Amino acid sequence: MPHIDLPNLPGIRGPMSFRPETARPLNQLAEVLLRGESTLSRADRELIATYVSSQNNCHYCQSIHGAIAAAHLGGDEELVRAVKADFENATVTPKIKSLLTIAGKVQKGGKNVLEEDIQAARKEGATDLEIHDTVLIAAAFCMFNRYVDGLGTWQPQDEAMYRDRGKMVAEKGYVALNLGTPAPIGQGV
Amino acid sequence: MPHIQLPENLPGISAGFAFRPETAAPMRALAHALLYTAGRETDLSSRDRELIAAFVSSRNECRFCKMSHGAAATHLNGGDSSLLAAVCSDFQNADVSAKMKALLAIAAAVQIDGKNVTTELVAKAREEGASDLEIHDTVLIAAAFSMYNRYVDGLATMQPQDENAYREMGVRLAENGYIPPAKP
Repeated sequence: MPHIDLPNLPGIRGPMSFRPETARPLNQLAEVLLRGESTLSRADRELIATYVSSQNNCHYCQSIHGAIAAAHLGGDEELVRAVKADFENATVTPKIKSLLTIAGKVQKGGKNVLEEDIQAARKEGATDLEIHDTVLIAAAFCMFNRYVDGLGTWQPQDEAMYRDRGKMVAEKGYVALNLGTPAPIGQGV
Repeated sequence: MPHIQLPENLPGISAGFAFRPETAAPMRALAHALLYTAGRETDLSSRDRELIAAFVSSRNECRFCKMSHGAAATHLNGGDSSLLAAVCSDFQNADVSAKMKALLAIAAAVQIDGKNVTTELVAKAREEGASDLEIHDTVLIAAAFSMYNRYVDGLATMQPQDENAYREMGVRLAENGYIPPAKP
C-alpha cells in the first residue's frame, strides 16, 4: 500500500499522476539525460540508470530502466543482468566501465568521485560532457529511486509488464508517453 | 578544481547549470515548483520547504546547497538564522511545529534510503495534520536534494567558504525563485 492516496499506477507513475506540476520537470530531465542528443548511446545511458537503481535496490526503477535498456539493445536482457551483477566483466566498452565506476561512487555520495576516477574515464576517451551526464544520471536516479521507494509505491513483480512498457518507452520517450494523453488507469506498466 | 572544465567563477550548481542548459531548465523548474510556488502564507510554506532542503543538504554534507538554501530559509524567517542552525543540529528540539518535526523525520529517512520511510513515520505526520500533498512534497524535496547534492559534489564544483557569499544568493532565491527571467 502506498503511504499516500495515489492513483492506481505502478512505480513513479502513481506520484507523477498525483502531482503534475513536478511530473513535468521530472520527465523533461529524464528525456534530456536518457534520450537527448548525446555521444553516449541511449542503451548505455539506460544501463547507467539501471545500475544505479540496482545499487539503490529500487525494484521498479531497475526493472523498468533495465527493460528500456534491453529494448534499445535489441532485447539483450543478459547484458543488463551482467552490468547489474558485475559490470567490470560485462561486455561493455572500457569507457562505459569507467563511467559506471563514477556512477557507482556518486550513488554513495558525490564526494566519493576522485580525480583519478575522472582521469581513468578520460583515458578511455570520455569527454567532459559524458562525465557530466554520467554524474547527473547517477544523481538523478538517487532522486527517482528515493521518490519511488519513499512513497511506498506499487512495484509489480511481473517481468512481462516491464518488458512491454520498456519497449514503449524506448520507442516513444518519457515526455511523449508520460506527459501526453494519460493512459487509462490500470493499463500497462 | 572542478573535475571537468566548468565555466569559471560560478559557484556550486550554477556552474553545472551554465555548462549544460538543457538539464538546467528542468532542474530549475523542479526546484521552483517544490520550494518557491507554495509562497509564504501556506501551511508548508517556502520557509519550511527551504528548511527541509537545507536540512537534507546538511545531512549530505553538501556545503553549497546547505548554505544557499539555508540562507533562503533564513531570509524567509525574517533574517533569524538560529532556526536553521537548530533544525540542522537537532530538529526535534527546534522551534518548529510538531507537523514540521514529523516531516523532517520523513526527510531524514529519505536522505538515507526511500525504504526507510515507515508507515509509523507517515502516520505520525498525519496525526500532526500533514496532508498527502505535504507528505509527497517532503519526500520529493528530500529525494531531489539527494540529487542536487550529489551533482554539486560529484563534479567538485567551487563552493565558497565565505558565508557572506551565500546571503545574497539566499535573498534572491527566496524572493525570485529558481527560474531565471526570460531574456528580452
